[in-house]
Amino acid sequence: MRINKFILSLGLFLMCFFLFSQDKKVSHDFELEIGTEYRYFLDEGQFNGQKQHFPSLSIQPEYAIDWNDGEESLNAAAFFRLDVDDPRTHWDIRELYYQKSKDNWEFNVGLKKVFWGVIESSHLVDIINQTDAVESFDGEQKLGQPMAQFVLTTNKIGTFNFFYLPYHRKRTFSGEKGRFRFPIVIDKDDIGYESNAEEWHQDFAFRWSHYFGAFDIGVSHFYGTGREPLFMFDTTGNINAFYPIINQTGLDLQATHNAFLWKLESIYRNADAQDFLAFAAGLEYTFSNIDGNGLDIGLLGEYLYDERDELALNAFQNDVFFGSRIAFNDTQDTSILLGGIADLESSSKIFSIEASRRFGSSWTAEIETRLFSSIDTNEFILTNFKDDSFFKLSISRFF
Amino acid sequence: MKKILVLLVLTLSITYTNAQSAEARGLEIAKAAEKADLGFGSSIVDLKMTLKNKNGQTSERSLTTKTLELTEDGDKSLIVFNSPKDVKGTSTLTFTHKIGSDDQWLFLPSIKRVKRISSNNKSGPFVGSEFAYEDLSSQEVEKYTYKFLEEKGDLLIVEQDPVDPKSGYTRRVITYNKSKGYRIETAEFYDRKNALLKTLTYSDYKLYKNKFWRASKFHMVNHQSNKETILNFNNYNFEANLTDDDFTQAALQRAGK
Repeated sequence: MRINKFILSLGLFLMCFFLFSQDKKVSHDFELEIGTEYRYFLDEGQFNGQKQHFPSLSIQPEYAIDWNDGEESLNAAAFFRLDVDDPRTHWDIRELYYQKSKDNWEFNVGLKKVFWGVIESSHLVDIINQTDAVESFDGEQKLGQPMAQFVLTTNKIGTFNFFYLPYHRKRTFSGEKGRFRFPIVIDKDDIGYESNAEEWHQDFAFRWSHYFGAFDIGVSHFYGTGREPLFMFDTTGNINAFYPIINQTGLDLQATHNAFLWKLESIYRNADAQDFLAFAAGLEYTFSNIDGNGLDIGLLGEYLYDERDELALNAFQNDVFFGSRIAFNDTQDTSILLGGIADLESSSKIFSIEASRRFGSSWTAEIETRLFSSIDTNEFILTNFKDDSFFKLSISRFF
Repeated sequence: MKKILVLLVLTLSITYTNAQSAEARGLEIAKAAEKADLGFGSSIVDLKMTLKNKNGQTSERSLTTKTLELTEDGDKSLIVFNSPKDVKGTSTLTFTHKIGSDDQWLFLPSIKRVKRISSNNKSGPFVGSEFAYEDLSSQEVEKYTYKFLEEKGDLLIVEQDPVDPKSGYTRRVITYNKSKGYRIETAEFYDRKNALLKTLTYSDYKLYKNKFWRASKFHMVNHQSNKETILNFNNYNFEANLTDDDFTQAALQRAGK
């Protein structure tokens, strides 16, 4: 529970900072989301102890206070989930940071979330935050990352982002009752570090981004402890897993032309134990306002390549993704996302449906389904999930 | 025969001159309206949107809009949603261009993602309302061709034909008020089949900085679907002195955080 101590001291520091910064005009904002969720796995688990029914509850409070004409603010967001599977019952400070902005620069210190990238079916370039792996299958839920961030925006030569990341957060894996796990239950504390400094290895990252007419470009570099653990086999056939020190250079590019979005993301990651290149390229085309009533249908196609082959934790090595995004643009913001991802070298396929709608002014309902089909037994990671097709219904109330 | 020919030529040329002057006068009025509103610099306003379906059921959303006036190219704007709560913080940044398509970015606060989006969808409804995207985007003179229709006292009625083929309209009929800084009183929208689609009425005008007329209420009625949308503008602020620095992707993320 070292992270808790760290967060606590950071919180105290920010609190003192706030109390001593004097100002008259202050504005507050408090929001709360309470969610219930039911996940039902269509098949019995392939490993002992795995459950099929997962009722669950989540609470997400958010608080923001700003002063000095909005130039300074303190932002906080917490997350708590109660679930059948022990590791999925977790809490996290998603955000707790002080922000100061003036003219063309911005400074942030605390726990924060940052997203980089353009591709929909995978997120290669995005590296600042650890994935909250027990929270969602798509990897879009992130843990708060301790950081100091400086942002400088220029008119002519783009935006510069500098990050100092003093602390690494480990990924959590499903427990015995949970799905999306391996035959052996991995305790996150069993995975060590390459660096002797362990979680206190001092990491740095930089990103430059700019846009030229129809083109948006980002180039980034990260040095420090990787967010993905590396799984290696030793000579006796045992798995040795650890978080390596990596250098990762990333590129994200999007061209926006009429109803077309052309996208490219690529990374090159270098560690003592592993060097590899991965990229994803795709396009998105939207037929808008088809019926004169606001119906938009978007078509997505993406190709994913990863040199790591079957050791890639994300399971996408030489795959294609096809999807469709349907937005009704009605008063309830009804939308549906359909997708399918297929391995070009094997029979493995994953299909997904995500749909959401608002009810009244403060309720939302969401459906998510993922179906694993004809998963190849040679898939190192994915074969463990072959019986993990599920259906999820979640209902949230906003206060 | 010769007389008839002369008469015919004369009639044709009169019609031609009239047509030309109707276009020239229409353009002149649009430019006068633009000029009357020149120099506001920047503004911040809170907006309450009330959507009414044909059975009279309503739903509301609230947003804040920041606008930066630019003269050499189109205006910049930043829109932040405050409600419904599930979309709170969702924001858009738009750089309008006088010629060519606008540049637009969307910020999704739940995953902190900034996404460049296509501005191709002009005719689609803005967040389920009766306002199309093109109704709410910065009104640049270059985006239409004009035809003066008639004058009724202080009211000047001008037909405007969108230049962009992706527009949802064949034409709009705009009523300007000459004596009130060429402010717009009503707008009628004709769909692609040239049938009357919507009427927008501007009301509760207030004069800011002794020069700029801003309506506190926009009332859009869709005659084909019988749905309505009312926009109520509150707390107009022309004193914020916004600059380009308030319209960047970093500013977009701050606005939606």
